Amino acid sequence: MQGSTIDPSKTVVNYHHAAAATDSHHEEHHDFRILGLIVFLIAEGMIFMGLFIAYLTFRAVTPNWPPEGTPRLELLLPGINTTILIASSFVIHKADAAVKQNNISGLRTWFIATALMGAVFLGGQLYEYWHLEFGLKTNIFASTFYVLTGFHGLHVTFGLLLILAVLWRSLKPNHYNSEKHFGVEAAEIYWHFVDVVWIILFFLLYIL
Amino acid sequence: MNIPNTILAMLVGILLTLVSLWYGQNHGLLPVAASDEAAQVDGLFNTMMTVATGLFIIVQGTLVIAAIRFRKRKGDNTDGPPVHGNVPLEILWTALPAVVVAWISIYSFEVYNAMGGFDPMAAGDSHAAHMSASSKMRGAAIAAPLPAADAENPPASAPSPNNLIAVGVGASPANRGQNADVSVNVTGLQYAWIFNYPDSNVSSGELHLPAGKEAQLNISAMDVLHAIWIPELRLKQDAIPGRTVELRFTPRRVGEYPLRCAELCGSYHGSMATKLIVQTPEDYASWLQSQQVASNPSLEKAVAVNPGNLSDSDFLAPYTTEMGMNPETLHQIHHTHH
Amino acid sequence: MTQAELQATANTPTHSPEPGQRKWWEYFTFNTDHKVIGIQYLVTGFFFYLIGGVLASAMRTELATPAPDFVTPELYNGIMTLHGTIMIFMWIIPAGAGFANFLIPLMIGARDMAFPRLNAVAFWIVPPAGILLLTSFFVKPPEAGWTSYPPLSETASKAGEFIWILSVLLFGTASILGAINFLITILKMRIPSMGFNQMPLFCWAMLATSGLILIGTPVLAGALILLAFDIVAGTAFFNPTGGGDPIVYQHMFWFYSHPAVYIMVLPFFGVASEVIPVHSRKPIFGYRAIAYSSLAISFLGLIVWAHHMFTSGTPAWLRMFFMIATMVIAVPTGIKVFSWLATMWGGKIRLNSTMLFAMGFISTFVVGGLTGVMVASVPFDLHVHDTYFVVAHLHYVLFGGSVFGIYAAIYHWFPKMTGRMLNEPWGIVHFVLTYVGFNLTFLPMHELGLLGMPRRVAMYDPQFAHINLICTIGSYLLAVSTIPFLVNAIWSWVAGPKAGDNPWQALTLEWMTTSPPAIENFEILPVLDIGPYDYGMGDRSTEVDVPFSEAKEPVLSAGPSSVLRADPDPSVAVNPSDRQPEE
Ligand code: HEM
Ligand SMILES: [Cu+2]
Ligand SMILES: [Cu+2]
Repeated sequence: MQGSTIDPSKTVVNYHHAAAATDSHHEEHHDFRILGLIVFLIAEGMIFMGLFIAYLTFRAVTPNWPPEGTPRLELLLPGINTTILIASSFVIHKADAAVKQNNISGLRTWFIATALMGAVFLGGQLYEYWHLEFGLKTNIFASTFYVLTGFHGLHVTFGLLLILAVLWRSLKPNHYNSEKHFGVEAAEIYWHFVDVVWIILFFLLYIL
Repeated sequence: MNIPNTILAMLVGILLTLVSLWYGQNHGLLPVAASDEAAQVDGLFNTMMTVATGLFIIVQGTLVIAAIRFRKRKGDNTDGPPVHGNVPLEILWTALPAVVVAWISIYSFEVYNAMGGFDPMAAGDSHAAHMSASSKMRGAAIAAPLPAADAENPPASAPSPNNLIAVGVGASPANRGQNADVSVNVTGLQYAWIFNYPDSNVSSGELHLPAGKEAQLNISAMDVLHAIWIPELRLKQDAIPGRTVELRFTPRRVGEYPLRCAELCGSYHGSMATKLIVQTPEDYASWLQSQQVASNPSLEKAVAVNPGNLSDSDFLAPYTTEMGMNPETLHQIHHTHH
Repeated sequence: MTQAELQATANTPTHSPEPGQRKWWEYFTFNTDHKVIGIQYLVTGFFFYLIGGVLASAMRTELATPAPDFVTPELYNGIMTLHGTIMIFMWIIPAGAGFANFLIPLMIGARDMAFPRLNAVAFWIVPPAGILLLTSFFVKPPEAGWTSYPPLSETASKAGEFIWILSVLLFGTASILGAINFLITILKMRIPSMGFNQMPLFCWAMLATSGLILIGTPVLAGALILLAFDIVAGTAFFNPTGGGDPIVYQHMFWFYSHPAVYIMVLPFFGVASEVIPVHSRKPIFGYRAIAYSSLAISFLGLIVWAHHMFTSGTPAWLRMFFMIATMVIAVPTGIKVFSWLATMWGGKIRLNSTMLFAMGFISTFVVGGLTGVMVASVPFDLHVHDTYFVVAHLHYVLFGGSVFGIYAAIYHWFPKMTGRMLNEPWGIVHFVLTYVGFNLTFLPMHELGLLGMPRRVAMYDPQFAHINLICTIGSYLLAVSTIPFLVNAIWSWVAGPKAGDNPWQALTLEWMTTSPPAIENFEILPVLDIGPYDYGMGDRSTEVDVPFSEAKEPVLSAGPSSVLRADPDPSVAVNPSDRQPEE
């Protein structure tokens, strides 16, 4: 046998310990899903980060920004839209608070409210697209504008579907309760993420 | 540790140093250096090669010695000694490489400065004045009929639409602040280089330069990325569509050197090569004069682009039509230049 | 009693009576067992490696003579692009993910990954992505190289390029999903007694790798999305004629793709740190230095990307910053290399196939590292950038580093994965052929680049003909070298001698279960009776024989009290002096 020998007298105690250590069984499978979602959102955030920095670079290297002939962006509608989206983050948090108190009807109410606000945001976004005087290919500003808002809109749509899925599941009795409500939490975190991204995006595209 | 061991270690160390120093100077891996700056780059490479040789021998030597000296003998089933680490040794082999790379960084910094890498002028884009060739480019064959720049078609002074900053290598510190002796506008296109001498309205498919005079290349591209590479000058610079990059250097050695494209630009990237011809100032002057006569405005001069040093130019013939620039890109170039 | 026996005795209760043999067809199903997924990754990867290798042989055949006489230059560029993409995205990275999947849960005493289903999803994205990539041969393969620089990638073979983008996006998604799993599994699912400083070094390496994947890959996705818009929708993000900027793409691309080289090589740094102590019968030298240098490399790896852009018109101060940052990476890398050498020094080295490949890994990787420092130097890189010098450098790192590491890992863990031993003599033949073939192929390429041969060319100046012929002959030798391996692996999998639990007398936890491991790895939580690298720790009196151990400060000394050692398990450590009362 390989290896140098170990003085058994030193290890006797140790077997005792080892035996003690083996008493602990596999603990119940912990729920790491929230953590997983957060790590996933860090990665998602990096896509947006990449696109934001690309936008800032295009802005920095182009002599006139936005390039000549780009109509000024209207602030009123996007402003309202932004307010709605930010407000919806608070609304969805109410739902989370409700489910923690086993208040499932409260959960549903607040989720319906969030879903409506999200839908209004998306509608407003489409309305804005419809009425903008530039198209995807007009110039580099227009292209970045559409890709950034469009990619974000895709995320809002996905968040909306997530919320609707949670609503659907909440119809089943006791699917969510104060103990078990991963879906609710996940939808909420995702919604906050979409919200934060929008705030940065709004600042970059409309204000800066 | 006993004394013979120490002496042995010292001898090995000295031998190692000597071998590294010798190989660092005598590797024979580089082509001739045609400028002073190229010779400095070689000095830097030789230094790095010396260090690398030393480290290479140390690592490979340790592997071989360990494999022989410390291999498991038949029947020996014991373990090695329980060595878990050694802090002083650990510090040593952290600090030593740190010092070496710091030193190489400083050395590189100085060579780069001597080459003109820090010339603030090279950062500007004040000389994007050579896109004229593109404005009348129509044909898209390997031997593009190139209208020589003439009075009706003056070099466009409008800078490229997006006046982007791109930095090459500028004047070496001694020449800083003054204009280069010879200025050449270089345009890369699939799959040829065009050299335009704005002071004398000459266009050529080969780069002629006078020895000992500082030259400035204003490099741009018409379609996709290219890169101008002159191995004997140890210089390379990407040609970027929409930007103009400056590259300044002083060739010293008279001769003909290959000039190759070093950035993948399409199928025939490998054949996108021509020559740098460094001539005595007198020869250069007479070449320039002969070109001026030849490029009479009414004359369309075919630019010879296919590399003379490629014996297999024949194979290209059947493909010439396929090799045209993308018409769309060409159209876009026109569009933005008017 | 030896250490391995000691560790095994302590873990007897965790040992299941039966090895977990799987049916062959289970490997073709959507299976959530991390061991199945690990093997799926490895076999899929190797399959694509063979395809990439065939493409490489085609390229070398073309380059045997200066004229483009074997394939057309267009096709050469297509083959070159697919070779690079397949080798990186379909072979090296999946192979790393394969070992990570198989080993991480076993090494940390978990029953599976944190998200087994997500894990299976991540794997099953890879084969379709690879097949999708290959279908581009039916249109016109992408011709812009694995870097896909615009504007060329936006004008040449658009359909192929679009397929390439889709495939790489799919692959990137798989890679991110895998990394989430590795990260959370390592952070959260270790046995309670295993602190960070008792983790096997492979886990440290995967921790660093996963971080890089999570931060880098999404940025590549961003770049590819914009590139796809340019190609499909006609926008002009990277097209200067429409006001765009091709350099922005390069920054976004390399922000991922420089870290990608560490994503490709860090797992195999981890493999070397596992394999070398086992087969040298000596503790790893400087556990902590190796562990933390992985983190240092992954951090530094994120701030050096523009060293690929020294000729792209990058401002001078940026060039200097990226030059210095790149050079600094040599320091943590050097620490690892020296530590591996010091681990071997004074050991009882078993010169078997595993160890030979591990030593071959050090030997060739070092060459790539040394040329890496050279190309980091801006003035010198202006000469060799985009030449065969870089081709040589990158293959010394990716082939000499990653592929040698993969082979070392296969020879080492094959018994655990299949329950059977590989044939040793054939392993050694495989090693010798690979090592000779590799150096014959790639060493002369350094000279080609220095003398003036650009990379990515289908035709070249006849002055380079002789050296190129040598490279081509070497590449055929390399192609032949895979045959003994393939035969050996297939034969041994079916009919090799039974391996037993711990054929190498190793101490990490994956060896404390059956071979192949039971379906859920361990019956109950395993324990680390002694540290993962505590070889030769029998009698503490040997400490006096250890060089440097006389140092006045015991924590600075070499022996078991060294600060650099992996922490012993405080509650169950073998030596009473290692035990600390639990807080
Ligand atoms: C089987 C032996 C191999 C041979 C003979 C080989 C040969 C080649 C050749 C001839 C090129 C083209 C160089 C050029 O035209 O610029 C190339 C490129 C490349 N190879 Fe390999 N190679 C091999 C294995 C590998 C492996 C294992 C990797 C691992 C990642 C790899 C990664 C690459 C990459 C990334 C490129 C660059 C592709 C590009 O420029 O887009 N190769 N190889
Ligand atoms: Cu080219
Ligand atoms: Cu890099």
